[in-house]
Amino acid sequence: MSLALNVEHLAVSLGGREVLRDVSFTLAPGGFCGLIGANGAGKTTLLRTILGFERPTAGHIHRAGTLGYVPQKLQLDPDAPLRVRDFLRLGLDGHRWGIPLPSRAARAQVDEIVAAIGADAFADQRVGRLSGGQLQRVLIGHALIRRPQLLLLDEPLANLDPSAAAAVAALLGQVAAGGVAVLLSAHDLNPLLGHVDRVVYLANGRAAAGPVAEVVRGEVLSALYGTHIDVLRVHGRIVVVAGNGAAHDHDHAVPIP
Amino acid sequence: MFAPYLLHAWLAASFVALAAGAAGYIVVLRRASFAAHALPMAAFPGAALARLLSVAAPPLVLGFALVSALMLALARRRGRSGPATALLLAGLMALGALFLSLSGGYAGAVYALLFGQVLGAGPSAVLPAIVLGLAVPVLLLIGLRPLTLTALSEDLAAARGLSAFWMDVFALAVLALAATAALPLTGALLSFSLMTGPAAAARLLVTRPLAAFALSMALALGVTWAALALAFVTNAPVGFFVGVLCAGVYVAARAAQAAQTPSSSTMA
Amino acid sequence: MTDVLVTALIVGAAAAVLCAVAGVFTVLRGQAFAGHALADVASSGGAAALLLGLPPLAGYVLLGLAGVGGLQALSARRTTADHDLMAGILLGAGLGITALLLYLDVTLGSASGAAMSVMFGALFALPASAVWGAGAAALVAMALAAVLYRPLLLASLDADLAAVQGVNVRLVNTLFLVLLALAVALASLTVGAILATALLTGPAAAALRLTRTPGHAMALASVFGLASVWGGVGLAYASYGWTPGHVWPVSFFTTLLVIAFYALGRR
Repeated sequence: MSLALNVEHLAVSLGGREVLRDVSFTLAPGGFCGLIGANGAGKTTLLRTILGFERPTAGHIHRAGTLGYVPQKLQLDPDAPLRVRDFLRLGLDGHRWGIPLPSRAARAQVDEIVAAIGADAFADQRVGRLSGGQLQRVLIGHALIRRPQLLLLDEPLANLDPSAAAAVAALLGQVAAGGVAVLLSAHDLNPLLGHVDRVVYLANGRAAAGPVAEVVRGEVLSALYGTHIDVLRVHGRIVVVAGNGAAHDHDHAVPIP
Repeated sequence: MFAPYLLHAWLAASFVALAAGAAGYIVVLRRASFAAHALPMAAFPGAALARLLSVAAPPLVLGFALVSALMLALARRRGRSGPATALLLAGLMALGALFLSLSGGYAGAVYALLFGQVLGAGPSAVLPAIVLGLAVPVLLLIGLRPLTLTALSEDLAAARGLSAFWMDVFALAVLALAATAALPLTGALLSFSLMTGPAAAARLLVTRPLAAFALSMALALGVTWAALALAFVTNAPVGFFVGVLCAGVYVAARAAQAAQTPSSSTMA
Repeated sequence: MTDVLVTALIVGAAAAVLCAVAGVFTVLRGQAFAGHALADVASSGGAAALLLGLPPLAGYVLLGLAGVGGLQALSARRTTADHDLMAGILLGAGLGITALLLYLDVTLGSASGAAMSVMFGALFALPASAVWGAGAAALVAMALAAVLYRPLLLASLDADLAAVQGVNVRLVNTLFLVLLALAVALASLTVGAILATALLTGPAAAALRLTRTPGHAMALASVFGLASVWGGVGLAYASYGWTPGHVWPVSFFTTLLVIAFYALGRR
């Protein structure tokens, strides 16, 4: 079984500053991986490098097959005239020159994706008028319509309330179950627990990668952050605490209702 | 070269330059280049109407400019309205075109109102220029500190009891005065250059507020004198020299700044 | 119907339709400033053309295309306040050159109406042959717009998304500016360089609020644009008797109509 994504000893510098050094991890088809790190840890840089927008200074990235990308949001005028269906259609053939001609096959594919992302209720609404959760699902649909092998998402849960975040995480779980390799970035692991099977922790430009149970441990994270870290499990939530008792970013877990 | 009427022209132009340079400092400080574009264009129909009715220009010009300044302040307070403001300006320019056309559409008049001309003879041209040329720098000097404060941080200013809206009104009203002064010399389309080029250059070269304020006026004066002299010598229009020299001064200042700090980014 | 009127109606129609198509994209992309810049640069072209005895449309088009090159050299995709300031100052030099050329038009070329016609349009002064140039420019531009439609729409929504799907975003952005330059050139021919951006963005902005797809927006903007231009031509033609000996300018009426449609769209 070939890998969907293989990152080997990746180093990336931005503006003269080394943001990532010696980052390595793999992702198999159907794998669901969370890329976790605080703001500024290099998650976006890593994603952009995998997408091809930044050049690495060292290392290799191997990607198999078509790539799907879900940005955090679109800078969209709420009045912009574009319906969800039309936006999804653009995912299918928006890169081809010319005017889109009516096509039964295209319409069928759009309908299929609308059902898959659960967007029947708002498929004819303007893209700019959607709620955060609805827009995330539509963006996922836009990326999925070309049946990619690898799906990258940039902080898809960031601005969502807990129930919307849970719905998106569940949807992505289904996508992964369908054989797509899914990599998403987040600064909190908790909403993803029970969905992701692998995790890449980014800190100080370095990464710790592997199955969740192997990586989210005190010894591993302490080595990564360069300071003493304790990992506690409280009522099913993971709490990461720095050694001197001060709470770390990850401590700000989304409260489970 | 120094016949009496030409001396009047030099005098008037010099005061216009002072007003434009001082106003320009505020434009650059408050990132109000749209206002610097808009106000001379909004004042344009006033000048055209004055010509049509054969009355003195400054009151009508000032009227249009002040009303537009107030409307601009109100629009900014309400948030974005990009196409609406642009269309309103187009409407005002179209109105000016109508007035010009009704008064015969003479090339000289159209040209003078759009691109400016060397100011005419007699005290009627000089007096408004002197009054505005003094008023604008003085008003701005008085308001310099609160204007700077509201430009840097509206919250901080509000904490000290300064209303961002009324500061905006004040700044735009003073810009309207400067636009009224500049319109006869540099026209609806090029007043922007005189009101921003020298000031932008000054701010690149000097950072202390009072020094930049003074340098802005000095550079505007220099550009205006050079433009007048070149226009007299070559017979080419003043507006051409003003536009080109203002851009030149700005580019030179950017080059000088880049040379001073070789490792700094050149992104504007 | 006289030759003059027919010419005005055809050239105006070409401008209105092209501006509707280009204008919708311009407003969607927030690039009204680029349109304004191109119009300023185009004004030099119009003035130069008059000096050289060429049709003004040629001048508008050629210098508009040169302006595209300049914009690419200057550009960031987003405009910051400082960027606007710098662009405005440099455009001032361009307008200064227009001033010089117009001056030369009057003194050397004896085209005494140059300032009025370049800056505010002189649709009734066009020879009948102008129809061919305008028609050709419009056809080329519309073909370009049709080819660009999908990737341009995608890139306008999100450049990164488009790049991931394989769109050459730089190329698409540049071709869009070429489309914009052609639209601005035709608009300048119709209502003059100063009011060209009103014809470009007004109908489009109005239509975008009222429709649900970009295609519909372009159609509605064409209707608004045509009504504004033809209405302007009609009113100007009729105005001959209103004030002794003067015809009120077409561009005045057209601008008023554009504003009226925009206000209607906001209800």
